[in-house]
Amino acid sequence: MKIPLFYVARNLWARRLTTALTAVGLALVVFVFATVLMLDEGLRNTLVTTGEYDNVVLIRRSADTEVQSSVERAQASIVSSHPFIALGADGRPLLSRETVVLISLNKRGSAKPSNVIIRGIGERGLALRPQVRLTAGRMFRPGASEIIAGASIARRFSGAGIGETLRFGQREWTVVGLFDAGNSGFDSEVWGDADQLMPAFRRVAYSAVVLRLAGTSLFDGFRKDIEGDQRLTLDAKREQTFYADQSKALSTFISVLGLILSVIFSIGAMIGATITMYASVANRVGEIGTLRALGFQRRSILAAFLAESMLLAVVGGVLGLGCASLMQFISFSTTNFQSFSELAFGFRLTADIVVKTLVFSLVMGFIGGVLPALRAARMKIVDALRAA
Amino acid sequence: MYTLRLIVKNSLRHKLRTSLTILGLVVAIFAFGLLQTVIDAWYAGAEGASNTTLVTRNKTSLVFPLPLSYEARIHAVAGVAGVGYANWFQGTYKDPKNFFAQFAISGASYLDIYPDYLLPHDQRAAFLRDRKGALVGRKLADQFGFKVGDVIPLKGTIYPGDWELVVRGIFDGRQSTTNTATLFLHWDYVNESLKKTLPRRANQIGVYVVRIDEPENAAAISAAIDKEFSNSLAETLTETEKAFQLGFVSMSEAIVVAIRVVSFVVIVIIAAVMANTMAMSARERLGEYATLKALGFGPGFLTAMILGESLLLSLFGAVLGIVILFPFAAFLGNVMGTLFPVFEVTRLTVLQQILAALAIGLVAAIAPALRATRVNIVEGLRSIG
Repeated sequence: MKIPLFYVARNLWARRLTTALTAVGLALVVFVFATVLMLDEGLRNTLVTTGEYDNVVLIRRSADTEVQSSVERAQASIVSSHPFIALGADGRPLLSRETVVLISLNKRGSAKPSNVIIRGIGERGLALRPQVRLTAGRMFRPGASEIIAGASIARRFSGAGIGETLRFGQREWTVVGLFDAGNSGFDSEVWGDADQLMPAFRRVAYSAVVLRLAGTSLFDGFRKDIEGDQRLTLDAKREQTFYADQSKALSTFISVLGLILSVIFSIGAMIGATITMYASVANRVGEIGTLRALGFQRRSILAAFLAESMLLAVVGGVLGLGCASLMQFISFSTTNFQSFSELAFGFRLTADIVVKTLVFSLVMGFIGGVLPALRAARMKIVDALRAA
Repeated sequence: MYTLRLIVKNSLRHKLRTSLTILGLVVAIFAFGLLQTVIDAWYAGAEGASNTTLVTRNKTSLVFPLPLSYEARIHAVAGVAGVGYANWFQGTYKDPKNFFAQFAISGASYLDIYPDYLLPHDQRAAFLRDRKGALVGRKLADQFGFKVGDVIPLKGTIYPGDWELVVRGIFDGRQSTTNTATLFLHWDYVNESLKKTLPRRANQIGVYVVRIDEPENAAAISAAIDKEFSNSLAETLTETEKAFQLGFVSMSEAIVVAIRVVSFVVIVIIAAVMANTMAMSARERLGEYATLKALGFGPGFLTAMILGESLLLSLFGAVLGIVILFPFAAFLGNVMGTLFPVFEVTRLTVLQQILAALAIGLVAAIAPALRATRVNIVEGLRSIG
């Protein structure tokens, strides 16, 4: 015979203050657990959408980032004639020779400097990144001291808004347009004409070559050709892999920190649940005796108290998840350890995270409730009735 | 004395609940201390920085170098006592995971600026003599087992090629907060190789370090140096070493802020748990409180008793939490190796832990104490817990 669920729910309601305190504790743990997962998911999402699967990035061998890399002009020309590169409508290869430098800009408001990537792109640079759209102003004109800024850069850095100017490389650069890169890493960059930026920074070599393959299956062959070519000292990576690798350290850091915090917190929350449930059992010794005397089995009592604890956890879980979902409106920016540049990303809630979080809170409820429930189920009828 | 015994007896009445509460407190105070220590480690570089040392870098960003010719011009600026220079080397030792800081330095002029690196004279001389020599910090030497005479192969990422360095000395830190997770090699060695392979990148300096005599002149001397190079091809930005290091920290500020917020959330969670426990105790003992009141004990006594019990539990938990923090932080510091060059529990952290425990104890006692003082004797005697 099962104990009805509304009995369980009513018990929680009967001791509102205790229930609320425990649920809030659980909710905070769930909140932290969920936000860390969301942050990691947001980071991954940002970097995966930064790369196109069929795009390939070429950088100097043994360089980890575009900033460290240099690709000589001659090498770039050799690469550009490779037959596997997709051709544009005009019959020329879809390839952009790019130069990437870090400059430090001051944040709006606080005037704190942070590193921002300036990317000089070739004329195909935009065509290679279909996710990048101009949202305001216009594209920079080739040959002019004009730049366009990513959405999150324009918002956070002084001088990067449309119509404003930035000074670097002994020149003033006018921001003539803003672009939205669909929350990808490009949102944290400033783009200009590679042929203008290279002399401004006195560079004679490109940083990277980005190109589109004519077919998905051609990558392995292409990489073999590039890495086997004696004249080239370049590494080829799929753009998606390239950007995912760029943030491995940051991603690992976030998940390890999150895991440690969740474990520590959940211990606290489980203790809270245990205390609450023990008290619940202690308060109802007589009741338990009566239930047993009426014919409810030990199993049912055990199930009822476990259900109570897990219901408590679900309340906390939903509460925590609700707060966590509000975090989606906040954007988070930090320095990416590998590329050493500012990267903005958001918190992202997915169905997967919702399920994980709810399972996590149920597990906390179960572990927190199991000992008290066992105690309740083990009581002898006579003792329990006498205690009342 | 009698009250104290009553408090202890009371807290021991529900042994299981009491130990669970204390366990929760231990976890919270421990976690709070640990997070605080992580934040301290983050700022350690800046804390250890001297304010008689200025750092001059390219104004555009650190990625851009400065010409070698600036050395003499900086030296000529009034108030400058010494100039050294360094390049960030960033080689990979066997595996990219073995990350540690490497600087190609100008030799004696650089070492003279940092008196916090303690190095035996013969080792210093041996390093200065050997162009392929390297100095490693104690912490780094401990982690990878480097000994004087060992050869360290590094794979260059910024400076391509394979570099073989011979350890000529191991330096200690003057203070426990001195960063000894660093490797120094000769800038000359790197530069000579660049002249052969990448002449375009030779004779370039990452940062100049400038020693000044009077810290109060730092701002004026910085301005003078920057003025010297204004409107040149490579404009400079000079700041005190502390500001320079803080610049690095502020770049990852979002994470520091997150950790800080989280460490306060821990406190709030555990305050909730603790308040819960106290509320339960008070509810169960309403009858007793009524009895005590009937016997003539005032609300002050009841409050003292409840507060005492709450504080006793929280402080006991805090002490345990602090005690286990020290060995754990030492262990973690070892595991993380060179990631955080300094990983130490500070006195301030311990103080904050104790204050946090006191706050938890106080907050938790408020509601139950109010309830106990307000209880009506007749109703209280009637209640059956």
